[in-house]
Amino acid sequence: MSKFKYTPENEAKFQEQIKRYPNSNSMMLPALWLVQEQEGWVSPDAMIFVADKLNKTPIEIYEFATFYTMFNLKPIGTYHIELCKTLSCMVMGSRDLKKFIKDTIGIGPGETSEDGLFHFSEVECLGACGGAPMFALNGEYHENQSIDSLKKVIEECRDASKSSK
Amino acid sequence: MLVKVVSKNFDIPNSHKLEVAKANGRYSSIEKLFSMQPDDVTDQVTKSGLRGKGGGGAPCGPKWKLMPKDDPRPAYLIVNGDESEPGTFKDRQIFQYDPHLLIEGIICSSYAINAHDAYIYVRGEYKWFIDRLNEAIKEAYDAGIIGEKVMGHDYRMDITVHRGGGAYICGEKSALIESLEGKRGHPRLKPHGKECEWFFDNPATVNNVETIATVPFIVENGYEAYTAYGTEKSPGTMLFAMSGPVKNPGVYELAFGNKMIDVINQIGGGMQDGKKLKAVIPGGSSCPILTASEVEKAVLDYESMWDIGSTLGTGGMMIIDDSMNMVDVAKNLIEFYHHESCGQCTPCREGCGWIDKILAKVLAGEGTKKDLETILDVCDTMNGKTICVFAPAVKDIIKSILIKFEDEFIKEIK
Repeated sequence: MSKFKYTPENEAKFQEQIKRYPNSNSMMLPALWLVQEQEGWVSPDAMIFVADKLNKTPIEIYEFATFYTMFNLKPIGTYHIELCKTLSCMVMGSRDLKKFIKDTIGIGPGETSEDGLFHFSEVECLGACGGAPMFALNGEYHENQSIDSLKKVIEECRDASKSSK
Repeated sequence: MLVKVVSKNFDIPNSHKLEVAKANGRYSSIEKLFSMQPDDVTDQVTKSGLRGKGGGGAPCGPKWKLMPKDDPRPAYLIVNGDESEPGTFKDRQIFQYDPHLLIEGIICSSYAINAHDAYIYVRGEYKWFIDRLNEAIKEAYDAGIIGEKVMGHDYRMDITVHRGGGAYICGEKSALIESLEGKRGHPRLKPHGKECEWFFDNPATVNNVETIATVPFIVENGYEAYTAYGTEKSPGTMLFAMSGPVKNPGVYELAFGNKMIDVINQIGGGMQDGKKLKAVIPGGSSCPILTASEVEKAVLDYESMWDIGSTLGTGGMMIIDDSMNMVDVAKNLIEFYHHESCGQCTPCREGCGWIDKILAKVLAGEGTKKDLETILDVCDTMNGKTICVFAPAVKDIIKSILIKFEDEFIKEIK
């Protein structure tokens, strides 16, 4: 029995969306997105919850979730920096941005800062090649970036964190 | 040089809002659509020569004709908005600037294939664009444009956006359907004969976003208006994307048949100051690379690109300048493919890994000439021995870089 539950709002979204498919199996991605939007990550407990809702076994949910790279299978930092590393971004300087993140936050790909504020992922093409180099911050695209603009974004995150305490 | 078929409303302020979209021609094809028989719509699209804009370039009308007639099972339209091919960022322009054009295209296309439910599968990273698309769909429902009746006509149309999970392979149409059915995105074995796709054992058609967004123009203006653009064998227009060190990277709609170098210089503004053109990957990262001298001769239509040994793909031109080490370029791309191989077929899963490791060794100064031969051997082993075209695409790009820029690989080895 899972301790995880959708919020009433997310439960309503789930019930609304499941009606739109000819088979409830199609709810695998939407159900996990609702979990991640609610919790920030997809925990084993939440996988059991989803399995119960969709008449699946937990291992089926796990096998599915591990295929799709956007699902966080462990908790990550408050601010998730996803830096695109693929060709156009590389040509336009993404490696300099990666080095800057390492130098200023002290984290490499796949790592979370000690204070839990930042998580850094180096990702394959995000479909923003015309705005290279780019990164996404909690899913929001930042294109045509430079070290100065990245520095500003990092400082804004730190300031926002301080003011929320 | 620029033309406006799909991109007509892109520059209009608030073009994504229903009120503005309608004032600028959106949904004006619907009355004519319902005055036609579904087969007539398919016929117009077939005569227009409209091809799939997601990279494959398959003719759209003949694909629609594969849908079975008088089948009691429901039919489905699935719109491929996965857009994960490096160098490709055109469909997001439609999501961002003209989502109602896509909805209109879905209505037209669904009517032609007798579908009442459409799913737009969008890559998960495009969260912002998904939100915008959902806002437009809600506006369309609220205005009675879709729902139980399409603009008062006795035709039900429901549209659902399905958010992907960050898997490149889900841009492959059968993997996309597998994903939509709640499974890992593993491509399906293809049947010997041509047939439609199957979604939970129901007939389905998968079309790219830009392809669908082109249909209202053809319905409203007739196929002749579309074939007035482009070349005889590659009629029409395409949203070409340009990225890398040019002065004006971006997405531009052009008729087929322009010279690539003119597009780079006149639309892209030429190379950024101090940079010299070295190579172009012409249509997304899986198309064989062109050297600077080949770019001078390249013409942007399907047949011309095949003639010079590459493909038009998605039209996403990735510009590479002379500061780049081409071994590094090959390594960057194989890292992408190694990461994104779905793992279903051994030659692809293992082959990508081998090439990745060998190129790392070469870049570390520990490679040998034998390693370069091994890369070519692995490429040939991968080609044609897998379920989908992912592995052949890897072969195309890696082999073309190695052969055309062999001197740079030789410089790196012992």
